[in-house]
Amino acid sequence: MRKIWDFHGGVHPPENKHQSLGRPIRSAGIPPELTLPLNQHIGAPAEPIVTVGQKVLKGECIAKAAGLISVPVHAPTSGTITAIEERLVAHPSGLPTECIILETDGEDRWIERTGIADPATADKATLLACIRDAGIAGMGGAGFPTSVKLGVNPRGGGIDTLVLNGTECEPYITADHVLMRERADEIVAGARILQQLVEPKETLLGVEDNKPDAIEALRQACQGEDMEVVVFPTKYPSGGEKQLIEILTGRQVPSGGLPADIGVVCQNMGTAVAVYRAVVHGEPLISRITTVTGEAVAQPGNFEVLLGTPMSYLLELSGFSADRLQRLVMGGPMMGFTVPDPAVPIVKTTNCILAPTTSELPPPPPAQPCIRCGLCAEACPASLLPQQLYWFSRGKEYEKLEAHNLFDCIECGACSFACPSNIPLVQYYRASKAEITQLKRDQAKSEHSKTRFEARQERLQREAEAKEAQRAARKQAAEARAREAAEAGGAEQDPIQAAIERAKARKAAAQDGEKTSQRPAIAQLDPAELAIERARAARAASADQSPEDKARANLARLQERLAKSEAKLAASRESGAEANIIEALEAAIEKLQPKLEEARRQVEALPGEPAPAAEKDAAQLAIERAQAARAASANQDPGEKARANLERLQERLAKSEAKLAASRESGADDTIIEALEAAIDKLKPKLEEAQREVDALHSGQEA
Amino acid sequence: MFELIAQQPFLAALFALVMLGAVFGALLGFASEKFKVEGNSVVEEINAILPQTQCGQCGYPGCRPYAEAIAEGEAINRCPPGGEAGIAQLADLLDMEPIPLDEAHGEEAPVPSVAFIHEEDCIGCTKCIQACPVDAILGAAKQMHTVITSECTGCDLCVEPCPVDCIEMVSEETTLASWHWDLPGRGPAISIIATDRDAA
Repeated sequence: MRKIWDFHGGVHPPENKHQSLGRPIRSAGIPPELTLPLNQHIGAPAEPIVTVGQKVLKGECIAKAAGLISVPVHAPTSGTITAIEERLVAHPSGLPTECIILETDGEDRWIERTGIADPATADKATLLACIRDAGIAGMGGAGFPTSVKLGVNPRGGGIDTLVLNGTECEPYITADHVLMRERADEIVAGARILQQLVEPKETLLGVEDNKPDAIEALRQACQGEDMEVVVFPTKYPSGGEKQLIEILTGRQVPSGGLPADIGVVCQNMGTAVAVYRAVVHGEPLISRITTVTGEAVAQPGNFEVLLGTPMSYLLELSGFSADRLQRLVMGGPMMGFTVPDPAVPIVKTTNCILAPTTSELPPPPPAQPCIRCGLCAEACPASLLPQQLYWFSRGKEYEKLEAHNLFDCIECGACSFACPSNIPLVQYYRASKAEITQLKRDQAKSEHSKTRFEARQERLQREAEAKEAQRAARKQAAEARAREAAEAGGAEQDPIQAAIERAKARKAAAQDGEKTSQRPAIAQLDPAELAIERARAARAASADQSPEDKARANLARLQERLAKSEAKLAASRESGAEANIIEALEAAIEKLQPKLEEARRQVEALPGEPAPAAEKDAAQLAIERAQAARAASANQDPGEKARANLERLQERLAKSEAKLAASRESGADDTIIEALEAAIDKLKPKLEEAQREVDALHSGQEA
Repeated sequence: MFELIAQQPFLAALFALVMLGAVFGALLGFASEKFKVEGNSVVEEINAILPQTQCGQCGYPGCRPYAEAIAEGEAINRCPPGGEAGIAQLADLLDMEPIPLDEAHGEEAPVPSVAFIHEEDCIGCTKCIQACPVDAILGAAKQMHTVITSECTGCDLCVEPCPVDCIEMVSEETTLASWHWDLPGRGPAISIIATDRDAA
């Protein structure tokens, strides 16, 4: 008989297991619809590889693993994919998650399976790949991908002990119990494959002493095998991985460590069966044993159920009466949680559905103050100080929580069970753990942001420095050029300056020459010099340009741009251009219009309207001319005046007639021709009048 | 020598004290030169507590300038993204009493948010890219921009410069991965079987 160790603490809640042990495992059959969550395990959700409407066969992979810590999902039966959408799943949050919905066809047609009839001949890599492809995740409750756990390379030395966990310490649950009772051979076959993979010195099958029939079945199946069934006293939570290892080997898993660190690998009995089926029969993980129990069901028992089966379907099979139900729990009374809706599916980790009545699982009594009795510390299987953790949780003293090893808490609920004040201790720990994880994530993120911010600052500074350096270099180059020019003297002067000076010299020479011969001097000014002169004049003119001129030029330019934009818009509308181009053009026009108005306002606001001013000047000149003429004519004698008048009129008439003739020849507008004819008609009587005056004067003189 | 000390105990004591003072003074002077700490370590510690959103809500151009200001005596309650937790940490570090957040500088957002660019409205002006303190916006002139969500600190500095108002701050949604239990009193309490408790 081998030595059995004990672990610290633990409690003895009523087992309530007999209710569901009376019947053998029943098949739950095929429900009309299966809901398969993509994340039924710890790690990254699987990625769907099927499309809506696709027909799938039983065992066909419908979602592939995404990354290392992830497992694929397979179709539990043949049928049609009807949707890939968010559905409620069994999770305490009650949040929906992505699921593949499979409408079953009832034919249950298998995909072609390729098992390894004799696993002993296969190598490790093949076996691991086989387990991974079968989508096996730990079936005890946490759902860690099995292939990862088996493939892990332990730090320092190999694995010396393989533990198969058949403890099932939580009240009500009997899924592993019936599995051991009825399928011990499959368990042993699975254990053989696991042995082959981890090559342990010893293999231990740990079972609590409250399952005598399971122990007997296992012992028989183990005969002739290199494995041992170890029986130990019932205590909650001896089924915890770390607690079981301590019971069986006397070794403690270090704080924050893994069982592999002390050379132990622990697997659930259900997982061993799944491994056996995957390797030998090529069957992926598509069904599991689930206990349905509680006083609200008439025939509690264990079902072999397809993954994705709605819980309500299973409850119907067990004679469920909804009016007696207090709340539906997934898992046991110690570590389970309330499911948000009875329609949520069975997943790889659903070992029990508990449907208790109010008298069986009454609502929690109100929490009372902690009296520091220390019962929780006595019950804690991880040797923590639950009451201290409770105070620190309430005070949000996260550093102290970590110092008191909060993260070694396995959330078994033994402290809450022991607490005479009904304090929901585990919930405090769960919340604090999450909060600390979140804080660490925030810390990492802020550290990351800081790095990025500093990198950006550095980059901006570098850019600014580079710009500054360029500017300095340009300035230096310009100075160097100027210096060179100064050193080289007049000969190397600016070409424009030189040209101007040449021009000046010539001009001076020409002026000297003017005294003797004017014409030739002007002719001597060559065209280049003239051009230079003109350019200078233009430059001077533009420099002198008045603000009014500038404003007007601006206005003209804007008007031109607006016209162009409008033309473009019209063109793009006609050509049916893309909507965004048209929108962009419209936006541009809208932007131009206020600018145009602004420019117009500027022009209007100019002092003393330049255009009228120019007109006024012209008018002034005309008046002056007229006055001068009058003054001149006042000195003239009437005869001369009349003659001058006549001559002027004759001249005007001649001009008008010439214009009329020209317009007629060039085919000008009728209105212009008519206007000219009217002007001539008006001029003629005036001319006659003037002629008469002149005649009268002549006759007067003669007389 | 011994006689001199015996005869003049007062002078001897004085001499001894002066000598001790000189020796330890020299030692301290040497140590302060030899083990000199570069920079202000308090600023570093304060900066490590600040959330590094670089949002400028405190009135300083970034987290580090505010850390420097705190080291100079500025109030510790001007950082809304850090919130009450951040103030508590600062108070702890600086051995002060925690004070409530100064609402004049903004309110603590209950859920962290990230910027989201409505890409159909983006005109590619790059103004938000220039405003982002952590280079979390990707894009080029006249090309649509987008936010790298994992890098965004939620400082909302990019919202203001956008000429077409296509940037929106979006609260992070709770998913199965980010959900966690609340402290009792706010969420549903877990329970164990009371009848079992009586029996136990």
